Amino acid sequence: MRGRSILCAFGLITPLLAQAQAPQKKDSLAKADSAARADSIALVHELEKELGKPAGDSGAAAQTPPHASGGYMNIGFVSLTDAGWSTEPDIGSLERGDHDPQVRGFTIPNTELALDGAVDPYFKGFSNIVFKLDKNGETGVELEEAFVLTTSLPANLQLKAGQFFTEFGRQNPQHPHSWAFVDQPLVLNRMFGPDGLRSQGLRVSWLAPTPFYTEALLSIVNSAGGATSSFRSEESPEIHGGRATERAVRGLQDMLIVPRLATSFDLTETQTLLLGASAAFGPNNSGSSARTRIYGVDGYWKWKPAAAQQGFPFISMQGEALLRRYDAAERVSADVPTVTLPNETLKDRGAYAQVLWGIKPRIVAGLRGDWARGDDASFDSELRADRFRVSPNFTWYPTEFSKFRVQYNYDDRKEIGSDHSLWFQFEFLLGAHASHKF
Amino acid sequence: MNLHRIATLALIAIAATGSSAAAQLRVVATTPDLASLAREIGGNVVNVTALAKPTEDPHYVDAKPSHIVTLNRADVLIEGGAELELGWLPPLLESSRNARIAAGARGRIVASTGVRMLEIPTSFDRSKGDVHSLGNPHFLADPVSVKIVARRISDHLAQVDPRLAASYKANLVRFNARIDAKMAEWQRQLAPFRNAKIVTYHKDFVYFANRFNLEIVETLEPKPGIAPSPAHLAKVIGTMKAENARVILVQPYQNRRTAETVARQAGAVVLDMPQQPGARPNTGTYFDMMDYLVTTLAAGLRGQK
Ligand SMILES: [Zn+2]
Repeated sequence: MRGRSILCAFGLITPLLAQAQAPQKKDSLAKADSAARADSIALVHELEKELGKPAGDSGAAAQTPPHASGGYMNIGFVSLTDAGWSTEPDIGSLERGDHDPQVRGFTIPNTELALDGAVDPYFKGFSNIVFKLDKNGETGVELEEAFVLTTSLPANLQLKAGQFFTEFGRQNPQHPHSWAFVDQPLVLNRMFGPDGLRSQGLRVSWLAPTPFYTEALLSIVNSAGGATSSFRSEESPEIHGGRATERAVRGLQDMLIVPRLATSFDLTETQTLLLGASAAFGPNNSGSSARTRIYGVDGYWKWKPAAAQQGFPFISMQGEALLRRYDAAERVSADVPTVTLPNETLKDRGAYAQVLWGIKPRIVAGLRGDWARGDDASFDSELRADRFRVSPNFTWYPTEFSKFRVQYNYDDRKEIGSDHSLWFQFEFLLGAHASHKF
Repeated sequence: MNLHRIATLALIAIAATGSSAAAQLRVVATTPDLASLAREIGGNVVNVTALAKPTEDPHYVDAKPSHIVTLNRADVLIEGGAELELGWLPPLLESSRNARIAAGARGRIVASTGVRMLEIPTSFDRSKGDVHSLGNPHFLADPVSVKIVARRISDHLAQVDPRLAASYKANLVRFNARIDAKMAEWQRQLAPFRNAKIVTYHKDFVYFANRFNLEIVETLEPKPGIAPSPAHLAKVIGTMKAENARVILVQPYQNRRTAETVARQAGAVVLDMPQQPGARPNTGTYFDMMDYLVTTLAAGLRGQK
């Protein structure tokens, strides 16, 4: 095969050498052109041989080669194991995320089966099914995401429908395997709960026709469910301390509305900045007309030299700041039925900032600072107490398909004191290549 | 008042992008080598942009939001295919919401289609490294493969923009003629080094070596995408000495220091051999780049004879 190709190439050389010299004679450009045309017949024959089909058939559509990992669907499997120790025996009080390490010793907090593919010419489908072991070693299964995404709506619009992580801020929509730290940032945990803000509904997004990237997104999703903790989730009494009010969905005012605006600039050849502002408006279940408003800003900056080896070195900075106004209605205490808690607005805020330094190929050092606080209220919730955390970590990626991480957490909880934790994390990926979103 | 100014600016920006839209066919290529081919075939009537920088590793490009904007406005997208861009192109395409460049659309060109791929693995097994299941994707370093890609580009441009079909066809004929003439020159330049033994960092010169009768005896990466280990490098040095391999080819995004260390111990030289036009001064086109590669390699091999 190799011999044959070489022969083909040589077969063309002689006539073409003559042709290549022809244009140098300035007076015979036209002649050269016709010579080129004559030679083109030979070329077309050569191409026919290379392509293995007649040159007349111009190939109506590019044939996309089938993806290797299987038929009509890409399958990916990501498994995460955590191991470690903390000075706090009740790890659950420190690490409140669903995919954070939950016990001293070993945990498998997140194993994802990710499926995706084109549904038809109009939709792409995604699904993420999560298996996890709880602190007793019992397996839990959750349908984390299942949605379709339109591929060809006019006017730069795009719809997403199904169950999905709401596009609020930067980290909320990311799956645990793309987090840069072992655990969820404190502020996201407080505002969105153990599993992030995730619900069923519709999201529309519009890519603005500006010279730089600007995208406006609006999600309209259910305000009740397991992962809408600041809204009508069954877990929200942990925030307001009252007995949850049953309230039916009467109209749009009972849905959770999440707008977001994001913009990005390439500052230089090697630096990119992404800025976003998000909000979430919806009812909560402390009373029949109580509402919650959350506002957030986020930023991400990355530097990577023009000739990076496998994407290294790099420096990135990411931060988010959130503010919550939780209108708690007058409500009966969940713990003591004789106590009535007054009508009040609970104000919470928090932020995290993280820096990652990709020192050399596949080695990343990270540092994150977490801060969260809530104002005084008639009900004390651990989920609203002042807290500060610093987490340096170190990650080694043997390849893109596996990683080892070690992280130390210094935790400082008001009125509880400080704790020290050390976590190890190992992750592997099978199947479809994980794509690196910016 | 400030808001007013922003709104006005935004409107001007919208108007500007709108008006330029009608004028020229916007072709986006994932890498500069594909962009160069698009310029050859499209001529100055098309507007060509490359997503990856010339010095950037095409396997590890950051999927930046600015790429989404570029893809959103593209009439044609040329990708290398064979999973070269698998790590970063899919999320961009998802966000680009552009049916003109969707898989199977006329505006989507997969360069690897129709190319005789080398090193297609017989089994999917990542213990062999990050092997591309559709074959080695670095085929543009072979000018004969490039002719196949050029023809595909010409066909698609003609379909997307039938008014200029004749021009794209003519450019293809001219391009092929030039490639063949240049091939003769390149073959002649490298003829004295027939079966010369070379070492590369990654498996990215397989097609080049095949075309120009060179023999790759080792790669510094023990397996594709896997970092060189000291034990593997010791083996490479041994092989290089035994086989009399005197050059190591590296691209700008590969670890030159590792290559230098091996070269020093094996009595070899490291050659900068970027496969992307524009990675070195005066290598802006595919032809300039190939000239550079052939000349650099010939000089390197001659110097070591
Ligand atoms: Zn490669």
